[in-house]
Amino acid sequence: MKAKVRLFARLSELAGTREAEVDVGEGLTAGEVYHLLCRQYPALSGLNGSIRYAVNGEYAEPGHSVGEGDEVALIPPVSGGSDAV
Amino acid sequence: MLFEITSAALDAQRLIDHVRKDESGAVALFSGVVRNENLGRRVLYLEYDAYPDMAERVMREIAGEALGQWPITDVAMQHRTGRLEIGETSLLVAVSAPHRKGAFEACHALVDRFKEIVPVWKKEVWEGGEEWIEGEAVNRSG
Repeated sequence: MKAKVRLFARLSELAGTREAEVDVGEGLTAGEVYHLLCRQYPALSGLNGSIRYAVNGEYAEPGHSVGEGDEVALIPPVSGGSDAV
Repeated sequence: MLFEITSAALDAQRLIDHVRKDESGAVALFSGVVRNENLGRRVLYLEYDAYPDMAERVMREIAGEALGQWPITDVAMQHRTGRLEIGETSLLVAVSAPHRKGAFEACHALVDRFKEIVPVWKKEVWEGGEEWIEGEAVNRSG
């Protein structure tokens, strides 16, 4: 069973891709999806303190379950708008 | 209501026209503009990335919160993606209300909330370097 992973901003540059696929077996959590992804893209390692997760376009806790066909996004701290953060 | 992530140039008048209703006595418009320096660095241009589907959904959510909290009539928000030059507009937030107080307050709060949770990211490019700017990590409940 596969889930799709979306990467943005710094994370997409670190991984060299904006999309990836992870085999979620019988189901994983969003946090486990990240750890699996780090095996494919070691440059993404060590970020779990700063990223948030979204599952199917909604913010989700690291323990949120992910199954076949779900879309997981790794969300670095956002910085829209224009002035200094 | 109108919520949009777009690579096209933003059009403030279009948002003003969109939110203005016959019962609106006020329209507040915030325009976020790319400036030429940050933290003492001379900025050449900015590049924005976004998760468009989610960003539009989160904008709709925060607009719903604002409509419940202030006496306002309508909300529209747009954020641009891709490379933006100095002076170009990256973010527009328009709020209509019967009276100015609600329009100003809700517009201010919506811009703050946007910058906390809408999945849009900015890369600053200056002479000799570049960096993805990362805001504070904010809890969803915050």
